[in-house]
Amino acid sequence: MTEKKIRVLVAKPGLDGHDRGAKVVARALRDAGMEVIYTGLRQTPEMIAEAALQEDVDVVGLSILSGAHMALAPRIMELLKANGQENVKVFIGGIVPDEDMPRLKEMGITGIYGPGASTDDIIKDVREAVK
Amino acid sequence: MSLIKSVLEGNRLSISRLLSQVENNSPESHAVLAELFPHTGKAHLIGVTGAPGTGKSSLVNQLALHYRKSDASRKKIAIIAVDPSSPFTGGAVLGDRVRMRDLSGDDCVFIRSMASRGSLGGIAQTTASFTQVFDAAGFEIIIIETVGAGQSEVDIARLAHTTIVVEAPGLGDDIQAIKAGILEIADVIVINKADRPGVEVTERALRSTLELAHPTKRVVRHHGKNMSTGDYSITQTDTNKIIWIPPINKTVATEGKGIAELAESIAKHADHLRQSGDWAARDRARLVSELDALIREDLMSRFLENIPQAKYDEVVEKVLNRDLSPYEAIKFLVNLTSTALPQGERDDGK
Repeated sequence: MTEKKIRVLVAKPGLDGHDRGAKVVARALRDAGMEVIYTGLRQTPEMIAEAALQEDVDVVGLSILSGAHMALAPRIMELLKANGQENVKVFIGGIVPDEDMPRLKEMGITGIYGPGASTDDIIKDVREAVK
Repeated sequence: MSLIKSVLEGNRLSISRLLSQVENNSPESHAVLAELFPHTGKAHLIGVTGAPGTGKSSLVNQLALHYRKSDASRKKIAIIAVDPSSPFTGGAVLGDRVRMRDLSGDDCVFIRSMASRGSLGGIAQTTASFTQVFDAAGFEIIIIETVGAGQSEVDIARLAHTTIVVEAPGLGDDIQAIKAGILEIADVIVINKADRPGVEVTERALRSTLELAHPTKRVVRHHGKNMSTGDYSITQTDTNKIIWIPPINKTVATEGKGIAELAESIAKHADHLRQSGDWAARDRARLVSELDALIREDLMSRFLENIPQAKYDEVVEKVLNRDLSPYEAIKFLVNLTSTALPQGERDDGK
């Protein structure tokens, strides 16, 4: 009962309304014994950073299918840092073109997952990242 | 320690990190809680409970919004939202924030989700400690939303000053309403989703239940005779204590209807607690039950420390084979630990 649980915020920034993927990942992380805070659709970067702060999460998982990742991800990273949460690991799931990946990794995104990614891999990577 | 200072000043990152330590029951957190304890005892603790899907989160969202926007005092609000942990994996999806998005961007509101982590009473084991952290950090109203509660998850009544039980139309007949349990702990009853059909039936069932619990004098025509109900004499002569009868509020949380009236009922209840002396009585009951829980936990872990796992497994095996009954097994295990104690501490009477 006293063991440390991995806490993950699963959020959907931006305007697309497709949250199936986010829910599948939330459920998979739950089944892996993590505590997943699910915030729902259409979150602004400010809302996400605020939730990450209040919930003291280890990991933030962003579901972005709208193509706006190059605008949303840096803003969220910036806000996390401003709040003193630079240790929080950020993952992105969704549609990210190959050419954007190096730049996202450069700004500190820990992992990026496209269609067909296995939840087992995501779980393994999350566990690895918070070690 | 600077953590204590920054929590007292209301630093959000410090509060958040301390809550995690408290939740993980770290020994350092016990020391910090001890330092913060003298600064607690000022906040109004409001519990919100009810069956899953009655709209507790939406109601909490609207209530907090009301306190922040419409109420003149603009009090600082903390919300602790508890959701269940999986009994199999220990994981949890905490989804109450989905309904509380209206509150984001307000620095005087702090929402924290919490998994129940195996507790069965509707709140987690460390929820009481969470309220102490928020209380010390200067939050004046602390709203605790329980897991979707059925009939017996009533721990919230021991924690909160004011317990709100949320009902919705169509959930059960009047037999459900006279069963013991969750309705008994209500200080304020809310019928949420009051725009749905069946709200009159629900209200009637709840009202008649309340009348059974709190008889008031009433004259009714029954089979053509005037009859009076309610044992008027007892409530009058027994004591001069003012009796609180839980008001029934009707709300439509998604539209914000009835929220101002609900806030008024809550304020009236707080006044009642202060005037009747029940506020102190509830504080006392809360601390006693917290102490009890801590003692139980401490003794349990000390007890188990003194039993080798192999011995424990052996006893479980015997019980499984019906060689020992659970009662005999307990006797055996307890004797085992008392002989394990050094001579001086042993109770020689046994």
